[in-house]
Amino acid sequence: MDLNFTADEQAFRVEVRGWLNHTLPYDLSERVRLGKRLGKFDIELWHSLLNERGWLAPNWPRQYGGCDWNAAQRHIYEEEACLAHAPRTLPFGLNMLAPVLMAFGSELQRQKFLPRILTGQDWWCQGYSEPGAGSDLAALKTRAVREGDDYVVNGQKTWTTLGQYANWIFCLVRTNLDVKKQEGISFLLMDMNAPGVTVRPIVLLDGQAEVNEVFFDNVRVPVENLVGEVDKGWTYAKYLLTHERTNIAGTGFSNAALETLKHVADQVHSGGKPLSQNLLFAARVAQVEIDLMAMATTNLRMVSAAAQGQAPGPESSMLKVKGTVIRQELTSLLRRAMGPDAMPFQLDCLQGGDNAEAMGPDHAAAAAPNYFNMRKLSIFGGSNEVQRTIITKNILGF
Amino acid sequence: MDFNLTEEQNMLRDTLGRFLGDRYSHKSRQKLIASGEAYDQEIFSGLAGLGVLGALFDADHGGFGGAGFDLSVVFEELGRAGVIEPFLPAVLAGGLIAEAGRTNVVDEIIAGTHVAALAHGEPGSRYDLSHVESSAVLDGAEIILTGRKTHVLNGAQAQTLVVSARESGEVRDEEGISLFLVFAGGEGVTVVNHVNVDGTSGATVTLESVRVSVSARLGAAGAAFSSLETAVARCLTALCAEALGAMEAAKALTIEYLKDRKQFGIPIGKFQALQHRMADMLIEIEQARSAVINLAGNLDQPRAIRERHVSATKNLIGRVGAMVAEECTQMHGGIGMTHEYALSHFSRRLTMIDHMFGDVDYHLERFIALRVR
Ligand SMILES: Cc1cc2nc3c(=O)[nH]c(=O)nc-3n(C[C@H](O)[C@H](O)[C@H](O)COP(=O)(O)OP(=O)(O)OC[C@H]3O[C@@H](n4cnc5c(N)ncnc54)[C@H](O)[C@@H]3O)c2cc1C
Repeated sequence: MDLNFTADEQAFRVEVRGWLNHTLPYDLSERVRLGKRLGKFDIELWHSLLNERGWLAPNWPRQYGGCDWNAAQRHIYEEEACLAHAPRTLPFGLNMLAPVLMAFGSELQRQKFLPRILTGQDWWCQGYSEPGAGSDLAALKTRAVREGDDYVVNGQKTWTTLGQYANWIFCLVRTNLDVKKQEGISFLLMDMNAPGVTVRPIVLLDGQAEVNEVFFDNVRVPVENLVGEVDKGWTYAKYLLTHERTNIAGTGFSNAALETLKHVADQVHSGGKPLSQNLLFAARVAQVEIDLMAMATTNLRMVSAAAQGQAPGPESSMLKVKGTVIRQELTSLLRRAMGPDAMPFQLDCLQGGDNAEAMGPDHAAAAAPNYFNMRKLSIFGGSNEVQRTIITKNILGF
Repeated sequence: MDFNLTEEQNMLRDTLGRFLGDRYSHKSRQKLIASGEAYDQEIFSGLAGLGVLGALFDADHGGFGGAGFDLSVVFEELGRAGVIEPFLPAVLAGGLIAEAGRTNVVDEIIAGTHVAALAHGEPGSRYDLSHVESSAVLDGAEIILTGRKTHVLNGAQAQTLVVSARESGEVRDEEGISLFLVFAGGEGVTVVNHVNVDGTSGATVTLESVRVSVSARLGAAGAAFSSLETAVARCLTALCAEALGAMEAAKALTIEYLKDRKQFGIPIGKFQALQHRMADMLIEIEQARSAVINLAGNLDQPRAIRERHVSATKNLIGRVGAMVAEECTQMHGGIGMTHEYALSHFSRRLTMIDHMFGDVDYHLERFIALRVR
């Protein structure tokens, strides 16, 4: 056992830190630090800066323009990017669709779509969930019927994150009604600008609309946009989910959130002294820090096992549950730290408007909305209940 | 021992519940908030007509209630319906005005034609009741008020502000604080409205050399702290009861949803993982109900006893409120996070109630400090 990073890895950390220092625009990192919402432009800008450096796709192989980083490098990058308050990259094209195309897509699909993910020409969103198909994803009903060289798609997707900005959506659709539900699903790439596609925003607890409903009314999709074989979509979807679960612990985010929380607790006063000197509050912060220290090692243990060729298995369910509980606790503590100043709903400020005079400390505008927004962590990507079921079945063998 | 409400209290609860059931919904509240109005005057007057405001004051002050259980009955129903109309200010500022014997204002408050708001919190005060930096300086027959008041509940909807200011002592002394009646439209008074996360309205009030007559002072000079503490105790009884109502509403929505929502071919309420959590929640909500009863029943006890109950109850309500809000959201899945669904109001309100007049930690610390030796 050796808890230290190698000299190469440490050098890599220095390189990453230097680049972030030099490249990450200050106003962007400030908004991330203060928990404000980013727009389409902000995310595209950050993607393009990363792409210029060749660092946009850490887990893609070189041949497709990725960096082919190993698990340790990815971990180091993630940690540094979070601590520098870099925006997160969009996972939909980079970490979800791309691995599926590399493994199961046609050469044509790879050539057409992969470069456009890097250049930012395409913004992908994920069309899995439906009103009747959440945890029970295989119950999905959106129909795709073959007509000549097209599939004709009818149905509805929901909870589509940032679908309002997307020009493409990858969808699970039902192509066969006569077989077991998992065996009649196909994986389709759909143009969001095609006739018959309607997007309707859903406002969430935080007062923002980051998710959408997407309706399909006789949308024609050329058969060349079918990924892999017809009716095999479930296999690809499951493959995608294992990639969705890399970096699932979110320790980078938690480290950054903990730093922010400690900083805020030094600034905010309670009973005439800094909140950080209030024993009850300090104890809460310490508790989550202790959990996070252990969690970081749990994560690294599992990451290095995966690096030695073991695919992320049911262990990633443990990372998901513990990691999300920690992240949610951190947002909850930041909200508490604000005291009464967490109450006003400061929309302009939350959205990063400059001329909005904020009430309360710097973090006040985002504290409650982010706490509410982060409730999603234990619901999506396989809810924490579903993860526990995976643990009981696949690890405990019940 | 008798855990039954009086006949009058039962009747009030039923009429109130019926009125709100017919007239108040998540949709109507959301429409109201989106329209930029802080509250619906018609609903407010309607509720005043039912005696809701009168129930908050005792007979000596023109009401017909005023006891702890009157407050808790009314506010549990208001919380269950998610009412954002200005009833808490009536308890807080109204209570202080009544205690000072200004009956003409109280009559109007009870009629629902006058809103008075307490302007007490300040930028640095957080939850400390004695933290008052605003100053009151005697100048002949007048007093000059200067300072900044934050999170003034319904401050911008009020005609009258009850302003706390310091006449002597240091920033966090209990001694030296006075209360003044200030006309909200008066010279030197600036009131800036904001909407809170839970749809209620707050305001920042700036007082720039505001001149009021000495007769605007409620009670004796520098001796208002104990009145403030009493008014906050009454307000917390109301607020905790409101939270209880919100918990009951969130619970009811969740039970219904667990029975309706099907995944894997069966209602999700059939999954034991969720059943046991609902059971735990039920247990905690019963605890919350008992805590509210403890506080309401001890509201007229001597300070040492009353305040222990204040902190005990607010701490417990804060803990259970967070649990109910988070668990109900989680057990709903995505739907639980949507603005359009009624649960969103209750989880926001329950969360924000912990930010009012002391959170879980504040009251835990205070409870320890108040322990009977
Ligand atoms: C903010 C947000 C963003 C999202 N983004 C996307 C996106 O971009 N694309 C996309 O396709 N989807 C997205 N989702 C959808 C997400 O994947 C689903 O919400 C999730 O799968 C849960 O489904 P559901 O919401 O229908 O809840 P349900 O499946 O109805 O679950 C309700 C409750 O029941 C529990 N439950 C369900 N089954 C069981 C069981 N067998 N045992 C015990 N408990 C159970 C759940 O854990 C949950 O607590 C997003 C969701 C949110 C909230």
